[in-house]
Amino acid sequence: MLLVLWQAAAGTGLLPERLLPAPTTIASTGLDLIRDGTLPDAISVSVRRAAVGFLLGAAAGVGLAVLAGLSRLGEHAVDPLMQMLRALPLFGLIPLFILWFGIGETPKVALVALGVAFPLYLNTFSGIRGVDGRLAEVADVLRLGRWGLVRHIVLPGALPQALVGLRQSLGIAWLALIVAEQINASSGLGFMINNAREFLRTDVVVLGLVVYAALGLLTDALVRLLERRALTWRKGFPV
Amino acid sequence: MAQGLPGVTERTDPPAAAAARPVVRVRGLTRRFGERAVLDGADLDIDRGEFVALLGRSGSGKSTLLRALAGLDRDTGGELSVDGTVAVAFQEPRLVPWKRVRANVTLGLRGPDPRAAADRALAEVGLTERGDAWPLTLSGGEAQRASLARALVREPDLLLLDEPFSALDALTRITMHRLVSDLWERHRPGILLVTHDVDEALLLADRVLVLDGGAIAHESRVGLDRPRRRDHPDLTALRAALLAQLGVTPEEGTA
Ligand SMILES: Nc1ncnc2c1ncn2[C@@H]1O[C@H](COP(=O)(O)OP(=O)(O)OP(=O)(O)O)[C@@H](O)[C@H]1O
Ligand SMILES: [Mg+2]
Repeated sequence: MLLVLWQAAAGTGLLPERLLPAPTTIASTGLDLIRDGTLPDAISVSVRRAAVGFLLGAAAGVGLAVLAGLSRLGEHAVDPLMQMLRALPLFGLIPLFILWFGIGETPKVALVALGVAFPLYLNTFSGIRGVDGRLAEVADVLRLGRWGLVRHIVLPGALPQALVGLRQSLGIAWLALIVAEQINASSGLGFMINNAREFLRTDVVVLGLVVYAALGLLTDALVRLLERRALTWRKGFPV
Repeated sequence: MAQGLPGVTERTDPPAAAAARPVVRVRGLTRRFGERAVLDGADLDIDRGEFVALLGRSGSGKSTLLRALAGLDRDTGGELSVDGTVAVAFQEPRLVPWKRVRANVTLGLRGPDPRAAADRALAEVGLTERGDAWPLTLSGGEAQRASLARALVREPDLLLLDEPFSALDALTRITMHRLVSDLWERHRPGILLVTHDVDEALLLADRVLVLDGGAIAHESRVGLDRPRRRDHPDLTALRAALLAQLGVTPEEGTA
């Protein structure tokens, strides 16, 4: 519907090509860029950055949350630090990261990792702390032991909240990547967009945005699928 | 007492000696919350295979005593020994919601074939069909039976039941009484049943205790054969005595 209106507006000249090209123009640009390999290359570079950053950030976020969640000592060591770091503006760190890591892949991956780590940490930590203490007593009378308690009660109990964190962190991962790629890049989707801007290729810019959005929707759909599979035990969750 | 005999292992004990050693022995048990002593010098023995019911006013410390016996509370004073394995069924079923019913029953279970043992226990409580169900889809009575199966499958020497039927409707409760009675006859664990319901205690237990003022204040033996009838004349007198202990007149109690 929106697409049809958009197409009509562009076709009648109501919407100048320079501001926003017609959907058909963007689609054909997309096909061209796929054919000459520009778009697939850019996507694969950006996806790799997002994936590496995400994995590092997720490992750190979940790992620290488990550490802080399972022991008072861990909590005292980890939580104050995380709460302090959380107050830092993520994108304000970009100049610092460039100073530290140069302008290669590292600052981009680091920014994504940092953005991912916090929502996962906060949600997983509160998920662990929110596990019903009465179930911990069950583990006790069933003689599950410490590891059994963690494996059968604490971690599965924290999972729903951790998955909320996962969805938030994926949103932030794409956002962080887009911002980082705008600042400095010689490859990837951000580079493609920046490059196109210099040549006034609005169609390529819009195409890049559409691809970002599609990637975001795709990962969100993956998490939903994961939720559906992992949380079937919840009442009202369709199997 | 057999407890003191050196070199006697359970396997070589003659049955009489084993029966002579109580599964629970509590002397002078105390438990304070702040200044208040909720348990204050409580004594309790439960013989092997004995069915004991524990009555008491709300807040009298029944759950506190049961938690101490379950090993869930280590801040108690006095002497407490439990000789053998313990299983617990709580007031709420406390099934682990993300494990299917059968997995709940086998949780922490060691032995050659936990799955078969779980299926046997589920069959005993009439839940054969529900082994693959998620706990949140069970009815209250089904969940309570699953919780009972989880306790029984461990073949405990002592089964602790903390008001396991109080949330159930009257009909389901009657069914559960029969079930517990049957299971007890078959497996003969020592049972401590905490309850508010004087009739429940009189129908099921060998011995009925009343907890008051932090200690066992009253004890009645119920020598009747099972299954018992609620309206048996001997129970009427016992009921009146127990209700008086709980501060209720029989008229109020039966109303
Ligand atoms: N963890 C705790 N901290 C402080 N007070 C507690 C705690 N646990 C129990 N108490 C107090 O100890 C008293 C006895 O509690 P308990 O749960 O043993 O009573 P109960 O006999 O089981 O009562 P009910 O029949 O209502 O279940 C209550 O007054 C309760 O408030
Ligand atoms: Mg209680």
